[in-house]
Amino acid sequence: MVESGVGAGAGKGDRGPLYAEPPTIEVRDLHIAYGGRSALSDVSFDVYRHEIFGIIGPANSGKTSFLRALNRMSDFVTGMEVRGDVRINGKDIGDWRNVYALRSRIGVVFPLPVGLPMSVYDNVAFAPRLRGIRRKSELDDVVERCLTRAALWDEVKDRLDSLGSLLSGGQQQRLTIARALSQEPELLLLDEFSIAVDPVTTMRIEDVLRELRSELTIVLVTNLVQQARRLADRTAFFLNGTLVEIGKTEHLFEGRVNDERTSHYIEGRFG
Amino acid sequence: MFTATPRNRRSYRVQNVARAAFFLATVALVIPVLIIVATLAVKGGPAISWEFLFTPPRDNLTAGGIMPALVGTIWLVVVALLASVPVGVAAAIYLSEYAPDNLLTRTINLAIINLAGVPSIVHALFGVGAFVLFFGAGTSILAASLTLAVMTLPVVIVATRESLQAVPPAFREACWNMGATRWQTIRKVVLPNSISGILTGVILEVSRSAGETAPIMFTGATAYIVFLPQSVMDQTMALSYHLFYIATQQTGVPEELTFGVALVLISIVLLMNAVSISFRVYLRSLKKW
Repeated sequence: MVESGVGAGAGKGDRGPLYAEPPTIEVRDLHIAYGGRSALSDVSFDVYRHEIFGIIGPANSGKTSFLRALNRMSDFVTGMEVRGDVRINGKDIGDWRNVYALRSRIGVVFPLPVGLPMSVYDNVAFAPRLRGIRRKSELDDVVERCLTRAALWDEVKDRLDSLGSLLSGGQQQRLTIARALSQEPELLLLDEFSIAVDPVTTMRIEDVLRELRSELTIVLVTNLVQQARRLADRTAFFLNGTLVEIGKTEHLFEGRVNDERTSHYIEGRFG
Repeated sequence: MFTATPRNRRSYRVQNVARAAFFLATVALVIPVLIIVATLAVKGGPAISWEFLFTPPRDNLTAGGIMPALVGTIWLVVVALLASVPVGVAAAIYLSEYAPDNLLTRTINLAIINLAGVPSIVHALFGVGAFVLFFGAGTSILAASLTLAVMTLPVVIVATRESLQAVPPAFREACWNMGATRWQTIRKVVLPNSISGILTGVILEVSRSAGETAPIMFTGATAYIVFLPQSVMDQTMALSYHLFYIATQQTGVPEELTFGVALVLISIVLLMNAVSISFRVYLRSLKKW
């Protein structure tokens, strides 16, 4: 597999991150706590359109909590408190009275794949149906397009009626990605998506993500620093609930860091 | 090296004693059930015939069949189901899927468990006070069925809640993350995968309602009426109450007849439980994860 240091997907026809435009996500003084125990404190940064934004850090550094706050999953978690401002496309996420409408615009992929207990087809048609799409031909199109983009179509096109939860782990994770794409999201959040996936499939999914970057914005939480290096345009390093450092991925991996803990983590000296 | 130490041998002996004790407890449990069923079959079996099942009683309940009681039991159970299943399932959905985990919810859950432990005679007196007198239903199928419904509500709620909670939380989160509302999630993912447990609870409720005597004896059941009920406002005979009556309140009833009624009643209950169990096994085989 290609380990091209600055590997942030220099594919052809690639629209790079739009740093000159207003950011897609603006995080200001974000503070997350669970029942008084702080999980993330006073974090501020921006994520730009068509960017793959990597977040690395050891366990309990607040990465997953950050993703949960982004689509206000925190509303459904008892004891989870979120303070501070998060704006997506300039609009404060707290201003969405209809939190479901906000979530439908954000695709999320979990560490462990969750194939819903319904057919492969219905898994991918779930979100379009929520949007009110009923016509069979239209649904067929969405299902084929999303499965193709998630690099799964060829493997499942002959058994779209079989259960999504019976696919292999790697296939289920690509099914989850196809499902996230079927939401036609503007923002895709990936939380350690490769934990239950073999290396070959991981590389295929990474290729998919590089292509997707030209259409949407991706936040990639990963505990594989090399994955951040291969994919992310910029990378943030979270440690114990604080943002230690944020910078261009290539700079961080060349050792151009402001805080030596970052290079220690990247070099695997702790964490 | 490779010999059993005294300690090994002791563990082995204790293990054998424990297994024997557990086995004896199981035998002690099964034997009375077998004796009851065998006695009923031997003594009541000869009474069972088409005529017994489908004609009304005659001669002061000392002869004839059980048709009005059989039909009455079906009425009572069906009306009780119509009342308790919608309310019980809806309450369980609220408690399991919507209610925040706070003091109020925990109190309600505790109350439901306590409701299950209330003796049936207390439910009966509640039924007299609430349905017969206060709501003016009189002694009727309606009052008796509502009393049965209140009594069996905890069974429905607990069975439903447990089958809802058996659906992995990850499925719900996956739906919520796609922007599905709680109700869309329940309708499309949670309910289709918990329906087997809910139906099992419902069938268990049927068998319990069919067998109870106390809740219906003051609220709607009557000892002797040849006519079949025409509406929920009628009084009716019922198998359980009929059995109680001819066994303890009426003289000159042939033993065969009494055992015959008991045999029919226990057959209905066992049949319902068998249906419930096979249904659960069947649906489990369709389980999708």
